[in-house]
Amino acid sequence: MPGGMAMAYVFEFTWILQYAPVLLKGIAVTIALTAVGAGAGLALATLCAWIRTQGPRWLRVPVVAYVELIRNTPFLIQLFFIFFGLPSAGLRLGEMQAAMLAMVVNLGAYGAEIIRAGIEATPRGQVEAGLSLAMSRLQVFRHVVLGPAMRRIWPALSSQVVIVMLGSSVVSQIAAEDLTFAANFIQSRNFRSFEVYFVVILLYLALAVILRQALRLAGERLFSRGRAQ
Amino acid sequence: MYNRRLAGALVAALAFCGLVSPASAEALDTILGAGTIKIAVPQDFPPFGTVGPDLQPRGYDIDVARLIGDKLGVKVEIVPVTSANRIPYLQTNRVDLVISSLGRNAEREKVIDFSEAYAPFFNGVFGPADAAVNGPDDLAGKTVGVTRGAVEDLELTKIAPASATIRRYEDNNGTISAFLSGQVELVATGNVVAAAILERNPPKRPESKFLIKNSPCYVGLNKNEPKLLARVNAILAEAKSSGALNAIAKKWLGADLPKDL
Repeated sequence: MPGGMAMAYVFEFTWILQYAPVLLKGIAVTIALTAVGAGAGLALATLCAWIRTQGPRWLRVPVVAYVELIRNTPFLIQLFFIFFGLPSAGLRLGEMQAAMLAMVVNLGAYGAEIIRAGIEATPRGQVEAGLSLAMSRLQVFRHVVLGPAMRRIWPALSSQVVIVMLGSSVVSQIAAEDLTFAANFIQSRNFRSFEVYFVVILLYLALAVILRQALRLAGERLFSRGRAQ
Repeated sequence: MYNRRLAGALVAALAFCGLVSPASAEALDTILGAGTIKIAVPQDFPPFGTVGPDLQPRGYDIDVARLIGDKLGVKVEIVPVTSANRIPYLQTNRVDLVISSLGRNAEREKVIDFSEAYAPFFNGVFGPADAAVNGPDDLAGKTVGVTRGAVEDLELTKIAPASATIRRYEDNNGTISAFLSGQVELVATGNVVAAAILERNPPKRPESKFLIKNSPCYVGLNKNEPKLLARVNAILAEAKSSGALNAIAKKWLGADLPKDL
């Protein structure tokens, strides 16, 4: 009906200026969470992948248990357990620490499986070649196995980091003031759901695109084929 | 809210058309003559009114209804209502009184009368006994939990000093959990939510520190019933001074009646 346009919703974006500090703080918190989550998470993932493939046997069972526990339970529940549950056991973490810990632990488990896949694809002959050059097992892992493995799985690992960044939107549930918190905060004040969530979607999209590019560049630098040892 | 307004408007319109005639005799005489008083109570709003395990209504409002019935010396007929139909029930004389966590506002004052307040209903800041907080300024340097977007969030955001940290949770459960797990020292919430925390016997009991918004509950009755209104007010005043009403508040809200009620 042509007459229907008379009732049309009037879009209104002037609130962006008023709430710019809230949005900027939200972006900063999401970036900080992602930086710590990705950095420490990938380190933990690498350690777990090494333990599962070549590490001491007695450590493999706990690592498998950790990886399976995290990969088979919801992130939100892990977060609630850390934030609301652990204080009863005497460990009280603030919302930022709890959010970071949850993200590190989550990426650690998912990343471990991705990296393990890369490691297991390394031909046995290359490992034997390394050992025959009198390298220790750890040296072989670092110089022969890990580099090519990471090169192989880097795109998958990058996607997982982006997933963790986007998944960080649930930390607003424990009052961490990330970008989603900013969106909900503004929406509960001006009730402009369409505009607020639309803007925040664009912000997440921009963050994800930038993060992917950054990870691609980092991957090229860290694991490039010609890199000297 | 909308429905309640709509229903109220509808009944008002009917009354104007003369379809609903106000009781001609004094309601108090009718009640005493019949030996029964019909009182509308909630059944879906704990702790004011719920249905107990024995399928009987129970709660703050039911106890007040029984108290008023006792003092009048008549049998109480409990009539469960919803928040949308409680005022229409009164206006169509299906009940004599509404004791159903009813707040007072100008709109309702046009169609019904109100007694003195009988129950506290307010938003405020709550915290453990040893937290020295008497007003917004004392929140400086403290961490307060609140449910995001609730009235108390909007108010607290305006009145709290810059150095206070407001932690906003998605729902009342998040706010309650944050307080119980010690993630926040204080909470800004309704006294009913604070009562729900008290029910769990926490090590740190949330006690009322200061009010943000006050909207106590009143008994609703039809207009032009001066004798009934006077009796209800006298019964409530006596129950306040004798401590009977305070006992009901302790039982259902876990806290003493505010002194100014």
